[in-house]
Amino acid sequence: MSIQITIDGQPVVTEAGENLVDVAAQNSVYIPTLCYLKGKPCLGTCRVCSVRVNGHFTAACSVPVTEGMQVEVDTAELADMRKALIESLFSEGNHNCPSCEKSGRCELQATGYEVGMVVSRFPYRFPLRPREVAADHIWLERDRCIFCQRCVEFIRDRQTDQKIFAIKGRGTAAQIEVNTELANRMPPEQVREAADICPVGCIIEKGVGFNDPIGRRKFELQSVRERALGEEES
Amino acid sequence: MSRKLVIDPVTRIEGHGKVTIQLDDDNNVTDAKLHVVEFRGFEKLIQGHPYWEAPMLLQRICGICFVSHHLCGAKALDDMVGVGLGSGIPMLPTAEKVRRLGHYAQQLQSHVTAYFYLVVPEMLFGMDAPPEQRNVLGLVEQNPALVKRVVALRKWGQELIRTVLGKRMHGISSVPGGVSKNISLEERDRFLNGEEGLLSIDEVIEYAQEGLKLFYEFHGQHREQVDSFAVVPSLDMCLVNDEGNVDYYHGRIRILDEDKRIVREFDYHDYLEHFSEATEEWSYMKFPFLKDLGREKGSVRVGPLARMNVTKTLSTPLAQAALEKFHAYTGGKSNNMTLHTNWARAIEIIHSAELIKELLHDPDLQNEQLLMTPADNAWTGEGIGVVEAPRGTLLHHYRADRSGSISFANLIVSTTQNNSVINRTVRSVAQDYISGKAEITEGMMNAIEVGIRAYDPCLSCATHALGQMPLEISLFNAEGQIVDAQRR
Ligand code: SF4
Ligand code: SF4
Ligand code: FES
Ligand SMILES: [Fe+2]
Repeated sequence: MSIQITIDGQPVVTEAGENLVDVAAQNSVYIPTLCYLKGKPCLGTCRVCSVRVNGHFTAACSVPVTEGMQVEVDTAELADMRKALIESLFSEGNHNCPSCEKSGRCELQATGYEVGMVVSRFPYRFPLRPREVAADHIWLERDRCIFCQRCVEFIRDRQTDQKIFAIKGRGTAAQIEVNTELANRMPPEQVREAADICPVGCIIEKGVGFNDPIGRRKFELQSVRERALGEEES
Repeated sequence: MSRKLVIDPVTRIEGHGKVTIQLDDDNNVTDAKLHVVEFRGFEKLIQGHPYWEAPMLLQRICGICFVSHHLCGAKALDDMVGVGLGSGIPMLPTAEKVRRLGHYAQQLQSHVTAYFYLVVPEMLFGMDAPPEQRNVLGLVEQNPALVKRVVALRKWGQELIRTVLGKRMHGISSVPGGVSKNISLEERDRFLNGEEGLLSIDEVIEYAQEGLKLFYEFHGQHREQVDSFAVVPSLDMCLVNDEGNVDYYHGRIRILDEDKRIVREFDYHDYLEHFSEATEEWSYMKFPFLKDLGREKGSVRVGPLARMNVTKTLSTPLAQAALEKFHAYTGGKSNNMTLHTNWARAIEIIHSAELIKELLHDPDLQNEQLLMTPADNAWTGEGIGVVEAPRGTLLHHYRADRSGSISFANLIVSTTQNNSVINRTVRSVAQDYISGKAEITEGMMNAIEVGIRAYDPCLSCATHALGQMPLEISLFNAEGQIVDAQRR
């Protein structure tokens, strides 16, 4: 059913029930995201997609659009809020981009650039989470995890549909875990899928980290904004 | 109290050279030492990291010779994954040539910087000129045409490094078993033919000869001063190929004595069988030496002077012509004249430019076969890489467990190899320049700086661009009290 909503005051005609992030993108409005994957159920973990809907703060990726909805995206207050959320993700991990193999392919880094982050306003926590290296082909660089849960929900054992990844512990003690036995059953393309689905350089494929040369890395070829906005056309 | 100030690591100023000079009761120099605070932290820091990160992370040790560290680390990783070892899986020619291209580009760029920004002002204005003049800014006033050429050369070297490695600094193109990128024809042609704002390779070779011309002129006018300044006998070491000629990227380690007899030649994987490292409480930098010869006799010199002493010939015409003259000057013996390091460096500037030209014409650079991915059973878990960095022989040694975590790393950098020789140089200069009074004269300060600078040691990395090496000199009397201290 066709409905009309407004995004930053502009009328937009769309279908009821569509995801707000997608509707915005179709209309050339970029809403930064980190946990949301188009076509997959919303995880709602990162809140980087924060907007106002009918005056209330909400995570855009969790909103199916309805008739008459008034959406604010591009306000100074919201932009700063999204930026603060990104900054806090940097503060809560250890992110040393220059020697990180995800650099140039990292959604956190790319989104950080996109929202104009220069330095974090929050004190760095320097967590010490041990690396997990027991699996044959998967390495977890846990200090870079942003707890988005993408791997937890979307990477499953192909035979049993069991989860391979899990977040254990709460608050500052939380960390990502991998079931080594199941991980060792993952075919190579699924290992790659896991590394790709991880928005940061936490899940990495052993031995191959720097194989994309500078200049030809994912977000150097096309920025995260262009990707978000362009996907519909292609 | 003040004694402690000199060697206390807490009060050290990063990147400063600290020299202490010991006098006897008659104010003769009995000893002189260069104290260096080398940042060894990198070897600890890398532990636990994934092995494939080592060449990316460890190159950050240096802002000048990062390509050498990057390649040296990559070579160690080739060993580790089982590529290029003995009769095993060979390295692909394109991968090796692309790495060599980056390496020569850095040699050109690093030598041009050291030579023209630091050494040439010394030559033109004299060692005793005030430091404010004795730098590249002074040079701009005196010879703007030369400076223009030097700037263009550096830019060209930097641009080539960027093209090969992906970034002007700290690129990531070398991965275990190969490289991630080749050189396209368009990229190659920019460097062969030049473009607006970028020299052609022939212009580069032409400009590269300026250094040697300047050295000849200077040497002609100040032969006595240049030849007698800090003559320091030593063994000379570098990587050589099967013909006994220097190879900057790969080869066997050869060590020659003053009569150019081969004292030792070995596969660099056996480095630790031949060398020990001594430590001193007054310096953080170790003193490597050949075990069986002992510290005094077994210390080696590395870098341009050592390489030009060791190599029989150079494979490119202009460099070979210059080398013949260089060899003839000492009549078949090794050249121990510290300031002739600049002669050697000037030859290497030309040689790198010529080597780059050869490589640019090599069609292998455009090949798509870049990376060997060996089977799991080729894994050795340990790797050693050695290259001839601009300042001399550089070694990276890593071990990793089967999970891929680095459990051990050791880096032996060229400046460390030169440690004993640099100390001998400082001692020799201090002896020659002591005034007979317990004081540090301006002349002595300058001369020590010039002596240390001949090695272009990495402790001056951070201040290269300023053209002035931060230096602190303390003079101790026979009772061990500081009687004079100068700093700049
Ligand atoms: S994961 Fe992303 S943000 Fe974190 S260090 Fe790596 S590139 Fe930087
Ligand atoms: S490991 Fe990666 S995908 Fe999984 S929760 Fe952490 S950041 Fe998200
Ligand atoms: S993208 Fe919406 S909460 Fe993460
Ligand atoms: Fe260096």
